[in-house]
Amino acid sequence: MKDDPAGRRRPGTWGGRLLRALFVVALPALLFGLWWLASDGSTDVYWPPLRTILETFPDVWTRARLRADLLPSLLRLLAGYTSAAVVGIGLGTVIGSYRKVRAVCEPVLEFLRAVPPPVLVPVIMLFAGIGDTMKIVVIASGCVWPVLLNTIEGVRAVDSVMSETARSYGITGPARIRSVVLPSAGPQIFAGLRQALSIGIILMVISEMFAASNGLGFTIVQFQRGFAIPDMWTGILVLGLLGFLLSVLFQLVERRVLGWYHGLRDSSRRSP
Amino acid sequence: MHASLVVSGLRKVYEGAGRRVEAVRDLTFTVDAGELVCLVGPSGCGKTTLLKCMAGLLAPTSGEVLLGGRRVSGPPPGMAFVFQEYGRSLFPWMRVGENVELPLRQKKLGRVRRRELVVDALESVGLADAAGAYPWQLSGGMQQRVAIARALAYEPEVLLMDEPFAAVDAQTRADLEDLVRRLWRRRGITVLFVTHDIDEAVYLGERVLVLSASPTVVREQLKVDLPEERDQLRTRVAPRFAELRTRVYEQIQAAKRGEPVVEDAPPPR
Repeated sequence: MKDDPAGRRRPGTWGGRLLRALFVVALPALLFGLWWLASDGSTDVYWPPLRTILETFPDVWTRARLRADLLPSLLRLLAGYTSAAVVGIGLGTVIGSYRKVRAVCEPVLEFLRAVPPPVLVPVIMLFAGIGDTMKIVVIASGCVWPVLLNTIEGVRAVDSVMSETARSYGITGPARIRSVVLPSAGPQIFAGLRQALSIGIILMVISEMFAASNGLGFTIVQFQRGFAIPDMWTGILVLGLLGFLLSVLFQLVERRVLGWYHGLRDSSRRSP
Repeated sequence: MHASLVVSGLRKVYEGAGRRVEAVRDLTFTVDAGELVCLVGPSGCGKTTLLKCMAGLLAPTSGEVLLGGRRVSGPPPGMAFVFQEYGRSLFPWMRVGENVELPLRQKKLGRVRRRELVVDALESVGLADAAGAYPWQLSGGMQQRVAIARALAYEPEVLLMDEPFAAVDAQTRADLEDLVRRLWRRRGITVLFVTHDIDEAVYLGERVLVLSASPTVVREQLKVDLPEERDQLRTRVAPRFAELRTRVYEQIQAAKRGEPVVEDAPPPR
């Protein structure tokens, strides 16, 4: 057996960890510092000093505001993203498993994928109205493509020896999907889910800019229209933070689900 | 529970785009219940095609395979397959124990019975402690042991092995050969072992089948009259071992040159 039996990364020393944390923080801190210095003393209405923006922040993003605007946005994102994931992985598994289905679907998929999702907002508004349903549909319809296409690729690429092993041991049907196909396609599926997450955040904001009475996108547009420029900037900061936090959360989940994959990659890198 | 394996008139033709490749022409042979038979042949002689037909993974063009008297039309429950590519045959997302257990779940065995079989199989390949490791944390030889353990736990009547040790180093290979001999003797499973290594075939088998070049037929069947108890040191230097391997070697060379099969050639005495 090779060293490092758990297959995880060695935790490293405290010094190493500190250094890594420093690396992570260094660039954002530098950029923030530059912004601070460059904007300090600015009298441009549209380009307020960072100091002003940060001072405005706690007044704007009160607990009540978070509940009234951030929470609805998050719920829509969650609903749209989850349904895109379910549909994408489900359909992708079917399409990826059968060559004939794939041959029929592929041209249509290529076409649909090429349509930029924001374009769909007005169209979807016609069908789904201007409520939450519309926003969820918009988010889902944009997120579904990377998940779907990556799942198809991942399912198609299941190793032939693994497939034959499964077959020779009578592992077929749902057990095959669960124990062989989905785990094997896992790394690809997660690549799709990661892309979908950033698309989802963008569409969440865009859909709220069209017709909404709450949400992050709505709030930012409101501030802009009311010339509350520092407030608008705080909204953008919140969006950035949200994206960052969701991405960290995603990485945690991915590390957990695909632990085997990272271990496998590390181990083949150690012994080429 | 041990079944014989009968291959009769097996033929496999691959139909490609405007190309017909006859991989296996006409194969007829029997592996008796509880026998260990080695198949050798020149490289590219359709060994893998034959094995896949036997395992029910590939439908033969004509002819049939009978396992314990029943015709094989899909992967039969009484058969286990050990592939050459252990790295692609074990599931890297499952720990060793789960890999061995997965086919047993499919067999709808109870949890207690499954545990028993997994522990027993891993013990008999000398990997009792590795159940919690991932396959990729093990060396190549150990991974192939896991694949063998998975086959054993499945409690097959027949075990098919497709050049299982072609990708491991020589020392590990010797150990694995002895492991197969030992398991075969202890468990009495019918084993068909495909290899391109002549020494390995003679060392392991009770009988060696020499195949011709593709399109494949059986060139010669050779009874290995070496003592039951084999030993990497003594068996391999025994005069009889040398005679047998010479005989097999000649046959393979003749097969490579495409010489016709000499019918009823008496094995050398």
